[in-house]
Amino acid sequence: MAEAGKILSPPAGRQRERPDQRLNVIGTRMLRKEDPRFLIGRGHFIDDIELPNMADAAALRSPHAHARIKSIDANAARALPGVVCVITGEEAAQETGPLPCFANPTVEQRCLALGKVRHVGEPVALIVADSRYIAEDAAALIRVEYQPLPAVSDMMEAINSRGDTVLHPERGPDNIAEHRNYTFGPVEQEFAAAAHVVKRRLRWSRSGGQPLETAGAVASYDEGSGKFTIHVNGSMYNYIGFTIAAALKVPSHQVNIVPADAGGSFGSKLFLHKVSVLAALGARTSGRPVKYIEDRIDNITASDNHGSDRTYDVELALDASHRMTALRYRVVDDYGAYFQYGLGTHGNGFSQTVGPYRIRAVGAEIYAVFTNKCQQGACRGFGSEVTNFMIERIVDAAVEELNLDPIAFRHDNFIQPDEFPYQIPTGNLYDSGNYPGALEMAQQMLGYQDWRDKQQAARTQGRYVGIGIASCQEKGVFSATEFWMLNRSPGFALTSSPESASIKIDPTGKAVISLHAPCWGNSPETVAAMVLAEQLTLDPADISITYSDTDHGLPGTGPGGSRYTVMIAGAVTGAAAIIKEKLTRVAGHMLEADPRDLEFRQGKVGVKGAPGLEVSIAEIAMQAHFFRLSLPDDPTLTSGLDANYTYDHPLATLPKGEGDFGIFYPIMGHMCHMPVVEVDAETGEVSFLDYVAVHDCGTMINPMTVDGHVRGGTAQGIGTALLEEFRYDNNGQLLNTSFTDYLLPRVGNVPPQVRIGHLVTPSPYTEYGVKGAGEGGRMVAPPAVVSAIEDALRPLGVRIDTVPVPPSRLRALIREAQARRSR
Amino acid sequence: MTAMDDIEINVTVNGRTIKRRVEPRLLLTDFIRHEIGLTGTHVGCENGVCGACTVLLDGLATRACCTLAVQADGRRIETVESLGRLNNLSPLQRAFWEMHGLQCGYCTPGMLMLMTELLRENPSPDRDTIRARLNDNIRRCTGYEDIVNSVERAVELMRAEGPVR
Repeated sequence: MAEAGKILSPPAGRQRERPDQRLNVIGTRMLRKEDPRFLIGRGHFIDDIELPNMADAAALRSPHAHARIKSIDANAARALPGVVCVITGEEAAQETGPLPCFANPTVEQRCLALGKVRHVGEPVALIVADSRYIAEDAAALIRVEYQPLPAVSDMMEAINSRGDTVLHPERGPDNIAEHRNYTFGPVEQEFAAAAHVVKRRLRWSRSGGQPLETAGAVASYDEGSGKFTIHVNGSMYNYIGFTIAAALKVPSHQVNIVPADAGGSFGSKLFLHKVSVLAALGARTSGRPVKYIEDRIDNITASDNHGSDRTYDVELALDASHRMTALRYRVVDDYGAYFQYGLGTHGNGFSQTVGPYRIRAVGAEIYAVFTNKCQQGACRGFGSEVTNFMIERIVDAAVEELNLDPIAFRHDNFIQPDEFPYQIPTGNLYDSGNYPGALEMAQQMLGYQDWRDKQQAARTQGRYVGIGIASCQEKGVFSATEFWMLNRSPGFALTSSPESASIKIDPTGKAVISLHAPCWGNSPETVAAMVLAEQLTLDPADISITYSDTDHGLPGTGPGGSRYTVMIAGAVTGAAAIIKEKLTRVAGHMLEADPRDLEFRQGKVGVKGAPGLEVSIAEIAMQAHFFRLSLPDDPTLTSGLDANYTYDHPLATLPKGEGDFGIFYPIMGHMCHMPVVEVDAETGEVSFLDYVAVHDCGTMINPMTVDGHVRGGTAQGIGTALLEEFRYDNNGQLLNTSFTDYLLPRVGNVPPQVRIGHLVTPSPYTEYGVKGAGEGGRMVAPPAVVSAIEDALRPLGVRIDTVPVPPSRLRALIREAQARRSR
Repeated sequence: MTAMDDIEINVTVNGRTIKRRVEPRLLLTDFIRHEIGLTGTHVGCENGVCGACTVLLDGLATRACCTLAVQADGRRIETVESLGRLNNLSPLQRAFWEMHGLQCGYCTPGMLMLMTELLRENPSPDRDTIRARLNDNIRRCTGYEDIVNSVERAVELMRAEGPVR
């Protein structure tokens, strides 16, 4: 069992580059290397790829939430001029195996439904045609005879499902995908000894990443070599891409996966197995390259990447002096029709399940259920955004019920800056942090007391103004154990989550960095170029970046879990060390100096303390590439100037057993958001009067791109809090399948200005002390915004336990509160 | 069904005259992207909500995903490719670069065309005016504030260098 508290003998780190050194490039607002091509409309997005003789594919979607497929008649579709082929689920099953699933025991999902459909939108047949228009015409000609089965869309009902309502009878007699119970620390004792126990039921509704570009793949099959080439806008292809080959029933060296620029992901393109397999299947069957790109309805109904969908019953124990001692919850999570990452999103949440607080014990009962909905995948936060919501809501509840000050209560319960590295009850470690510092900074930036005064004045005028506070964690750099550690039997218990960089310096001294994961809508080129420029004192303009396919790929896990900047920094630093070693060796020979006496300065290598005694990197590179016989006759000194380096997780351990998951997500960022909102009690509309966001992601490589992540994550979190929800009816019909009624935040829904504060508490374990920053905004904005709305409506006694709270729901809450008061 | 015959259209795309026979149902996005090969214009929601497909049709910002190619017959189309090129970015493009007005780049061409329309109408819009126009399009990556800043920066650059093209 892991005991919470400061770790007295902290694990040794592998940090080479200390955070406290003088840096020239890192930390500057360098303009992004990615931008120019996007600004002139020359990105390489998936639909921009055209291959000779390419055909287009469309999927026929299931209109039923749950049904047996009795028969499919595709004759009319096949006869339509321009149709190349139609593939049904049964035909696909002869050519392909199940799609990858990381749950154990697995849950079988097919690229095309086989025998049964389990949610609306599930692909039933693939049509390959000369154009997408013809493919969609043909889809309308396919006659499918369905035998409807009872559908379940309510997670509580799903717990008790029996008979035909069960989605996967081969896995058991009910719709409970998993039911697990965990105790970390003395939960029972703490609750028995508690002076106060605060309870809430909380509801976090299903939303999704919904990037503006959907998922898609363009595949070709070379009959001569038997090899597939699959272009796809997903990630993780150099990590688990081989499982796509398994689904295609070919050896993995017969599939080359090539990344495309992703037009946003927010988790939803983490691993795109279905579109990849469908396009490849179409290519092999038709003999032509095939493009299959989800349309928006496909993406909303069947992306395989809806976000968490949870109901919590949560209890918080406090002692007589209002110190939080223990947290206990029962959560039901509606995973939809399949279970691709198992309980991974709950494993993730255990990395920061006590938030920034000194809570000594945690009890968790988790029900994962199947319903007739699109399955869950990844959505910015990977489950921990909901954990944050749960913690901050119960903290606000304690403040309310015990009549406490929200600032002082947080201060009194924070893990203090001198307590790091700090072990939380689940066994994970927080590497560093300064939570009181973030809260104070936010308070100061906002002018907290000023706003409290203004709030009072507004109340006397009948206006509802509220100040929200949320102090949340952003776990960074996953170690992969979260994907299996909640399985009863681990299954494929992987422990690697590496990232690689390859650097080549050409004979003229220009550098190319190959990354082994895609451009996923973030800033990998900017980050990699800045780190290498820092290392070699090169001009970032002399560095370009490419993205390896799987044929040339080294171990790479890709963006996700606020890891990529940390991992690129590590990989580039490691590869640069190899390059530097060779540069100094060759330069030492050229300058007749001991390599140990050399330093890098402004694109040159020179003798320390001897200005002018130097050679440029370009001169050294020319020497290394072409003048072998001028160098010492040493077999370890080969021609050229290149390096590969694979950077492993900077600090992780194996789980030690049920009560201790070990260190699995230790690079801990933190944020404190303070929104000020005004609620129109007549319409339920929420508007922002101010918004302060303090983030601590350690050393920043580029503060400009960090700001972008903060603002974007905050906007998305506001969407989660106020607007976004996939609404299924009782029959499992999805009621909002377009952006007309699945609402993304527009400019008027977000604050005119998010005032950002950066606190820098470097990690002692990563290169330069960098921490992740990609998910933070969405991981804190929902509880912050809800807290502000509740604060605004305090005179009416409105309590908000559910997100989102669109105007309609907020109006209903206001009406209920007013009715309660008038009774 | 493809019952109707193809129709000949004449359009001007970024100053170039183009004559093509197209299916009456062909969307303007598909025409621009796949018939002309200008892939800067993007498809997002496919029903006119997000504005990733925004082009200028006779100077007016238009949802190309909800427009048929035949509707553009005899008209003038401007796409992101009509703005500056790699080593000669327009002030608006440069301003987006300087002020972090883009991240994944998918909504960017639509945003640039929408703001090109605005800046032609009003070469010095204030923040509220920019925000009002920005309400037409959706951006998912980094919120909207950086685009407002970008357009303000473009106004400064244009003052120094001349009006938006």
